[in-house]
Amino acid sequence: MTDLTWGLWELLLKGVWVTVQLTFFSALLGAGVAFVVGVARTHRLRVVRVLSGAYMEIFRGTSALVLMFWMFFVLPVALGWQLLPMWSAVLALGLSYGAYGSEIVRGSLAAVAPAQQEAGIALSFSPWQRLTKIVLPQAWPEMIPPANNLLIELLKGTALVSIMGVADTAFGAMLVRNATGESAPVYTIILVMYFVLAFVLTRGMRVLERHAKAGIGQAPPEKSLGVRRRVNVPRQAEAPRDVPSAGGAS
Amino acid sequence: MSTDSSTSKETRNPAVDGTELIEFKDVTKRFGNNVVLDNLCFNVDSGKHVTLIGPSGSGKTTILRLLMTLVKPEEGTIKVAGDYLTHEQRDGKLVPASERHSREVRKNIGMVFQQFNLFPNMRVLRNITEAPVHVLGLPKDEAEQRARELLELVGLTEHIDKYPSQLSGGQQQRVAIARALAMRPQVLLLDEVTSALDPELVAGVLDVLRDIAHTTDITMLCVTHEMNFARDISDDVLMFDAGRVIESGSPEKIFSDPEHERTREFLSAVL
Amino acid sequence: MKWDWSAVSDFMPRLLDGVLVTLQALVLGSLIAFALGLVWAMAQRSNLKVISWPVMVITEFIRNTPLLVQLFFLYYVLPEWNVTFSALVTGVIGLGLHYSTYTAEVYRAGIDGVPVGQWEACTALSLPRTRTWSAVILPQAIRRVVPALGNYVIAMLKDSPMLMTIGALEMLGQARQFSAETFQPTEPVTVIGIVFILIAYPASLLMRALERRLVH
Repeated sequence: MTDLTWGLWELLLKGVWVTVQLTFFSALLGAGVAFVVGVARTHRLRVVRVLSGAYMEIFRGTSALVLMFWMFFVLPVALGWQLLPMWSAVLALGLSYGAYGSEIVRGSLAAVAPAQQEAGIALSFSPWQRLTKIVLPQAWPEMIPPANNLLIELLKGTALVSIMGVADTAFGAMLVRNATGESAPVYTIILVMYFVLAFVLTRGMRVLERHAKAGIGQAPPEKSLGVRRRVNVPRQAEAPRDVPSAGGAS
Repeated sequence: MSTDSSTSKETRNPAVDGTELIEFKDVTKRFGNNVVLDNLCFNVDSGKHVTLIGPSGSGKTTILRLLMTLVKPEEGTIKVAGDYLTHEQRDGKLVPASERHSREVRKNIGMVFQQFNLFPNMRVLRNITEAPVHVLGLPKDEAEQRARELLELVGLTEHIDKYPSQLSGGQQQRVAIARALAMRPQVLLLDEVTSALDPELVAGVLDVLRDIAHTTDITMLCVTHEMNFARDISDDVLMFDAGRVIESGSPEKIFSDPEHERTREFLSAVL
Repeated sequence: MKWDWSAVSDFMPRLLDGVLVTLQALVLGSLIAFALGLVWAMAQRSNLKVISWPVMVITEFIRNTPLLVQLFFLYYVLPEWNVTFSALVTGVIGLGLHYSTYTAEVYRAGIDGVPVGQWEACTALSLPRTRTWSAVILPQAIRRVVPALGNYVIAMLKDSPMLMTIGALEMLGQARQFSAETFQPTEPVTVIGIVFILIAYPASLLMRALERRLVH
């Protein structure tokens, strides 16, 4: 790592900034998609459930990289105009990780006790009020741990944009490698950078989870070190569900 | 109690006083092949306290859940305060009710559940004020004022800022009673409200309900296994078996001189 | 959008080649992931901190960093250390290594799910440690984690196009090469997108069915 000049470091750090932006905007879009699709999948109208289910299966079924290729090379031909590469990337990442997220939203909505819905009915709340006042506030702390896992997957997924020429961290590494002719130092450095980003994200989500649980009168989650993920493979009777499908994305 | 006179019908139609407030007509409810209610007919007059007794699985709780539209009848009609609950009249014909229509009629009805079902994400005060503010459109001050009065009634004033998880089962159930009363229902449905409680907490909840029964003119429909409580508060007792009312009458009569063999068997088993 | 069926039929032979490479990578990668993951999981349970800690750090690191960068690392750095593999072999190692850190978590959860009483019974019967694992604990644990492992195979399938970047001609690599030669990206990219869904969707339905079956 000795022969990395300041200019090359700058290149990498700029790449990190792009990675952070990509993660942020894709997560924002993904969260929006996840909520809309996840809630739609519990809708009382069958059409809505089928359509949102189809969205989830299609975008979860295909590879994020293939989707990205499609957004970059096929969509512009079809539309006749082209998005900025950065926004094509955000669109591809947000749409596909949002599909994974919708499963998290749907699952945690379904996990709220049906009796809570009944209590809402007994008090004459409308379906929308029951969703926003009773079910969602109880469901969302449950969403945070799996959402954290998904967010890490998204962060890792942003590296794909380097293939499309977006100047993120992985792209910066390629340039540095070309400049120095050495691979080991720069790839080690950026792996550590990605790890640090993942670590920071995880800590942030832990804080969020603690606040969320306190906000509904529950005990805070137990503290644990580092980025170690909590796989919620249920014990005994239930087999692991959703964990893997939400996990190994793209 | 000043709060209680307003509990039932300050805002309601006085014309229904002393008349049929709840009317079940030929109601049949099945779950699969299992007939839970079989052509059931019965009425509850306004202001009366009616207790439903009978072995479990005899359909008592289903009646409360039908009134709350948590389940729908296969046949028959239910009227509440003169309005169809699960149907509405359109062009002179009875059609299944829209969600909106059911909700309008349902506003007359409050329910207290066996498992309390308080909202864990809201503090006690907000549990009580949420529906009055957002369903009835009451101003927040007024709803809070009323919530405080109700909390006083159920003896929980000092717990106003706690979350449900910080309360005992008995306290939670008393909050749930206050929450139901805050909607000023004409009818209060009580679904085995003490069954989930530790024995030492039962008395506190029943005392509150006795108090409400004796000092207000709210109509009560009550499913319970607490026979002494039923005797204390009821005007009428309906004995259920296999989806039918097999015997009904005043508590004195049902508890001391039942006519039906099944009633005798049941009472000797629970008393 | 103009859709050219002749481009689709021209692409078919290459698609077939690509599918074969993808499946090769998937099968071999899965085998590595299944085996190595079990090693990680058991090492993490070791009473010796010198074993459990480094393994935990390594697996956390691999799982929390991008597979793509790991592939570059293997592809560019290994030759600098005079270790040379073909693109496909490098890709298989990368996929297998990356996903072994996920399967390790699955095994760990599966092992944790075996009731304590089972361990106690083994102690009471004086079963040797290897028998305890091989005859009692693992058979119970693995049965429950099969669907989870299967779901990671599907995830791996969807990550396999990354192998293109180091020059392995799996499906996306073939599609890219084809569009570079014919200037027709629409058909090949769309076709392989559909092929992915055609493989992944039934597979995930199968896993869901397995989950329901094995849970009860």
